[in-house]
Amino acid sequence: MAETHSLQDLRQQAAIASKVFVQRDYTSGTVCKFQTKFPTELEARIEKQQFEETIQTLNNLYAEAEKLGGKSYLEGCLACLTAYTIFLCMETHYEKVLKKIAKYIQEQNEKVYAPLGLLLTDPIERGLRVVEITIFEDRSIGSR
Amino acid sequence: MKNCEYQQIDPKALATPSPAPTPSRPCLEKKPKRLKRKWEVFPGKNRFYCDGRIIVARQSGVLPLTLGLILVTSGLFFIFDCPFLVQHLTSCIPVIGGVLFVFVVISLLQTSFTDPGILPRATPEEAADIEKQIDNPINSSSSYRPPPRTKEVVINEQVVKLKYCFTCKIFRPPRTSHCSLCDNCVERFDHHCPWVGNCVGKRNYRFFYMFIVSLSFHTAFIFGCVTTHLALRSQGGNGLVFALQQSPASALELVVCFFSVWSILGLSGFHTYLVAANLTTNEDIKGSWSGKSGNEESGNPFSYNNIFKNCCSVLCGPMPPSLIDRRGFVPTEDEVRAIPAEMELPSIKTDINMVGRGPTSGHAPPPFLPPNP
Repeated sequence: MAETHSLQDLRQQAAIASKVFVQRDYTSGTVCKFQTKFPTELEARIEKQQFEETIQTLNNLYAEAEKLGGKSYLEGCLACLTAYTIFLCMETHYEKVLKKIAKYIQEQNEKVYAPLGLLLTDPIERGLRVVEITIFEDRSIGSR
Repeated sequence: MKNCEYQQIDPKALATPSPAPTPSRPCLEKKPKRLKRKWEVFPGKNRFYCDGRIIVARQSGVLPLTLGLILVTSGLFFIFDCPFLVQHLTSCIPVIGGVLFVFVVISLLQTSFTDPGILPRATPEEAADIEKQIDNPINSSSSYRPPPRTKEVVINEQVVKLKYCFTCKIFRPPRTSHCSLCDNCVERFDHHCPWVGNCVGKRNYRFFYMFIVSLSFHTAFIFGCVTTHLALRSQGGNGLVFALQQSPASALELVVCFFSVWSILGLSGFHTYLVAANLTTNEDIKGSWSGKSGNEESGNPFSYNNIFKNCCSVLCGPMPPSLIDRRGFVPTEDEVRAIPAEMELPSIKTDINMVGRGPTSGHAPPPFLPPNP
């Protein structure tokens, strides 16, 4: 069990009980997609449907970032003509979607996960390898 | 893996508790220790410049030679050949040469200084989690290395094996390979190019391709112009020797261009084939998809089976971000354990009234039962 037993610390912060990692789903190739399989450790904390909805929305957002379409081709061709120097000044489509994803995760944490004692970590902070879900243990002490 | 840490409770600190959790933003850090940026603690064998903005491999390889050859040859061309050709032919020549030169140098620098698609290594918790999932956890002596762990996944009706990287402690995504020179796993690993002093991977392949294509045009262009120059000079019965004596620099350019144009044109042609087939050099050399086990159905599962679409996806696809966050700050021990400032976990507050005050959604949180250890 990962806990700090400092009284001071416990009053300030929740202790991390464990972390669950949602791995990448490579069945569609190298596109960024996470497995929607519901981890057993979360069964007690959150509904399966809610979890799946979050992961599916994330997958859709990443698919939007990596979509090969008219807009991305235009951006690519323009970049090629300028010897890719526009990447130095312009924010790419992917980066714009990443910001959207960060906002979505923050919103989900505030509305859904924090009240249940969970915390989603933005996959970009883990190299787009996993969605890390931290499970906080309830260690409230003192008069209750 | 975390340890139980028993910290001495400071009675003085208890008297004045700070209700707000430790802020997670590094700029509010009160410790006098300078915060390190992530590039300073990067585990791979890379070097960083400009406070993490520029990344190169540990060994710069022959990048200085490449750059030197290009600059010297182009410089000699502009100084010695262009004036004659402008006079006798057209002034477009230095313009075209200039544009090609700019493209070559910019794409070379971008190939060398861009993160090729390095995958950051697994955090200790991730590595532990993966270890748990693998059937035979290693408890025995460290000298025996177990057989490579693989995971199979079906992509596009084809079985692809994902290998476990012992250094990075992750299962490598498809098409990812570990570069031993840089000691990193690189996504869509093509090869480690000593001429540019960096790996060529997902993020800088398009720069590399532009570099070799523009360099082949540039080399061929200079070769053609120098030949024309010498031909014009040796007209009127003067002879080649006379022409070379008049413009000795052209001889050097001729030699350099002659020897490089074949190899560079060949390389460009090879990579054009790879782009059209959506293959990497690594896969082509290993024969990953060429049906080595006599399986005729195996083809490249990542190819769109359409040359145009393959080219577009490799060269004009969206530019993926760098995953290693070189300029981010390394979180300190306190920040790792503290919850972010904007989070409110009502159940952990000891204030009795907090139970009634829920999060922004307006409803009271369900009562929190402590889990059984």
